[in-house]
Amino acid sequence: MINATTALKAESRDLNFFYSNGNQALKSVSMPLYENKITALIGPSGCGKSTFLRCFNRMHDLYPGNKYEGQIVMHPDNTNILEAGVDPIEVRMRISMVFQKPNPFPKSIFENVAYGLRVRGEKNKRTVADKVEEALKGAALWNEVKDRQQDLAFNLSGGQQQRLCIARALATDPEIMLFDEPTSALDPIATANIEELMSELKSKLTILVVTHNMQQAARVSDYTAYMYLGEMMEYGDTDTIFTRPTRKETEDYITGKFG
Amino acid sequence: MTTETLKTKASVLENLVAVRAMIRRHKRNDVIFAAIGLIALMLGLLTLLTLFLDLVMDGYPRFTLEFFSNFPSRRAANAGLLSAWVGSLLVMTVTFLTAVPMGVAAGLYLEEYAPKNWFSDLIEINVSNLAGVPSIIYGLLALGLFVYGLGLGESILTAGLTLGLLTLPVVIVSTREAIRGIPVAIREAAYAVGATKWQVVKDHVVKYSQGGILTGVIIGMSRAIGETAPIITIGALTFIAFLPPTPITEVAPFINFEWLSSGFTVLPIQMFNWLSRPDHAFHTNAAATGAIIIVVTLLMNGTAIYLRYQIRKNIKW
Amino acid sequence: MNTATNMQNQSTALSISPRLAKNVRRNIKERVIELILMLAALSAVFTTFAIVAILLYESLGFFKVVSLVEFFTSTEWTPLFEDAHYGIMPLVSGTLTTSAVALAVAVPVGTIGAIYLSEFASHKTREIVKPMLELLVGVPTIAFGYFALLFVTPLLQKVFPELPGFNMLSAGIVMGVMIVPYIASVAEDAMRAVPMSMREGSYAMGATRFQTAIRVVTPAAVSGIVAAYILAISRAVGETMVVAVAAGQQPTLTFNPMDGAATITAYIVQVAMGDLPHGSIGYQSIFAAGLVLFALTLGFNIIGHIVRKKFREQY
Repeated sequence: MINATTALKAESRDLNFFYSNGNQALKSVSMPLYENKITALIGPSGCGKSTFLRCFNRMHDLYPGNKYEGQIVMHPDNTNILEAGVDPIEVRMRISMVFQKPNPFPKSIFENVAYGLRVRGEKNKRTVADKVEEALKGAALWNEVKDRQQDLAFNLSGGQQQRLCIARALATDPEIMLFDEPTSALDPIATANIEELMSELKSKLTILVVTHNMQQAARVSDYTAYMYLGEMMEYGDTDTIFTRPTRKETEDYITGKFG
Repeated sequence: MTTETLKTKASVLENLVAVRAMIRRHKRNDVIFAAIGLIALMLGLLTLLTLFLDLVMDGYPRFTLEFFSNFPSRRAANAGLLSAWVGSLLVMTVTFLTAVPMGVAAGLYLEEYAPKNWFSDLIEINVSNLAGVPSIIYGLLALGLFVYGLGLGESILTAGLTLGLLTLPVVIVSTREAIRGIPVAIREAAYAVGATKWQVVKDHVVKYSQGGILTGVIIGMSRAIGETAPIITIGALTFIAFLPPTPITEVAPFINFEWLSSGFTVLPIQMFNWLSRPDHAFHTNAAATGAIIIVVTLLMNGTAIYLRYQIRKNIKW
Repeated sequence: MNTATNMQNQSTALSISPRLAKNVRRNIKERVIELILMLAALSAVFTTFAIVAILLYESLGFFKVVSLVEFFTSTEWTPLFEDAHYGIMPLVSGTLTTSAVALAVAVPVGTIGAIYLSEFASHKTREIVKPMLELLVGVPTIAFGYFALLFVTPLLQKVFPELPGFNMLSAGIVMGVMIVPYIASVAEDAMRAVPMSMREGSYAMGATRFQTAIRVVTPAAVSGIVAAYILAISRAVGETMVVAVAAGQQPTLTFNPMDGAATITAYIVQVAMGDLPHGSIGYQSIFAAGLVLFALTLGFNIIGHIVRKKFREQY
């Protein structure tokens, strides 16, 4: 069923996650992430899909008291990124993220995209400018903003802001990119742009996307995972999940009988 | 494994080593800044500690009972605080009686009654503006209005009213904050059983916000007790070696109000008086007075902060 | 038939009327209470108008004798001397110099403190430090005056032996320490108002705490932080006891913090301490000085609040 020739980029193994209030949000979740593929996480709200996504760049470390159990292993170096000795900053430099609502910084368009490079201490102006241009092109934003890169990012439209955030995440050549419901705050045209962009991006990197929109999952992803109440109910290639799901719950959710 | 994947693996690992070194470097800044930040905050607290210890060490020869029971005197060693602490007590009584009822009433009006229009905006702007007016300006107001305009003179009443006006914004703001914490549902529940607006306000709003209001009152009073500038401005920096008439008398009607128009001195004024003398012996008196004022205000503020902490902890809604 | 209905109506009306009367009484009581509360609230408006009226009224007497040109251009302020000059500038220079010293201390320390509290301190540390800062705000300024005159000045004289006993440097430094908690708490409020999503965006790029604080949160909160500075200037300008005790009593047109000089507030205190006849030019001069002080602080307060409001609308 799963194409065995594609390389594994990362996998979660028996991942449990507990919020600081003691709630267990993930229960023994195991899932592979294949290189240069898009994997979509679907499921009703509160099922833990966003929580799962945010484990991949250790976002939960920002809030005291949250706890992980189990492993997320990155390939090819076999690093368990949840291990106490691994710095979350290192993880975030390898795995970048695009959020549900566009969250540009109160800086110029150029400085927003250059942020990751600045954070890495890149001083060479030429390198920064080249990388910014490359990232803006990669995010299909270059033509719209090339003449006004010094404008404040807040002046862009919602869809442009989200593509700016993608450019920001792209500028540092991440290995994996996480998308947390990236189009839920956007109109249909902007959504279509972002989806097209994701399909283009997968040639360069591996994508994990959370979506509440099943059509979106069906349109863009290669693999789909259905989560429910913190558990991984079903995982498989997208065509199979949407045409011949093995579990009744998945079928009910996909056909809209539930959720 | 092909040589291709081996190569990528090697480059990722090599890259990781560089990345880790960089992160270590960057995180050093985190630690350095956290230390500087803590020092910056401690600077204030250390100053307070130094200030207090300095006052205690300079003033310790005066920590005697006589210091509290003697009048000011031309000889530093005999001079005491009697008229000053009695004066502070009486002035604070007037301040309390003006600032608290007026402040709470104003707070209630602004939160519960005031319609949202230019009129309440005007009041609101005035309250926040008054909170930023330097205290010495209140002194000038009192000098022109109370001392000469209304002919109240350099009296306890004048000082009490002045500090009352000064404290008013603090009481208003804290009353409003305390009231805002009460959910609408509580008010609706009271209205639903047929209470009038005033009954809702009196039996519920005021009752449940008492603690918060009290906190604000204590903070306001502790500020007033240490205020010096406005009292000097009304011209009260004089040598007072007597006590005002007692408020309670032995003959009917048992209460008299002569004390209100009496001359007076208060603790911070007495301290300033001693501090501005060239004779260093009086600086000892000033230091002792300063230490006492600090203890009083710290106790009051500490009580208020503790009270607020308790209220926040026990909040039920 | 008709009469019967009428009578019935009348009897109902009769039985209602006592309740009606009670309602009327209750409504009147409610209105009276509301009126009393409103009058209390109006006391704030009254106070503001009274301040402006008194300052203007007494200053008017002053400006009948002293021309505005002299007031703003003369470089000497000696209203109580035989050879009287009425130039406010020496008092303004003293006020601005002490305030500048105070801000030079309070701005860096307060800002760093705010960044630490907002971005670095754990919840527990914040719960302990913030009340302690509040305690510092509660310390009477006269105590700080003592500290400036008899502790900080002798200390500074060890570094600068030529420093006079009354000087603006010592008063300014102590005033600065007094203002630190104010800047720290207003600036911290501004930084905490920056939405978490912006911090997450920065951390997600692999930024450290320090990088996030300096490169994202501080720029995002910059107008709120500036508002804190402006409101702090207003406090420094209006501060009285520290400068009255430690900065000196001599109005001098100087911007050198190593000199002693009187501020507007110190001058008011100095005159009020003496025995000036009501209505004399000396008496009126403190109201003229007070008017300038009021205008200065009001200006800074208004600008500060506008900037702060703009910032709040942003998030």
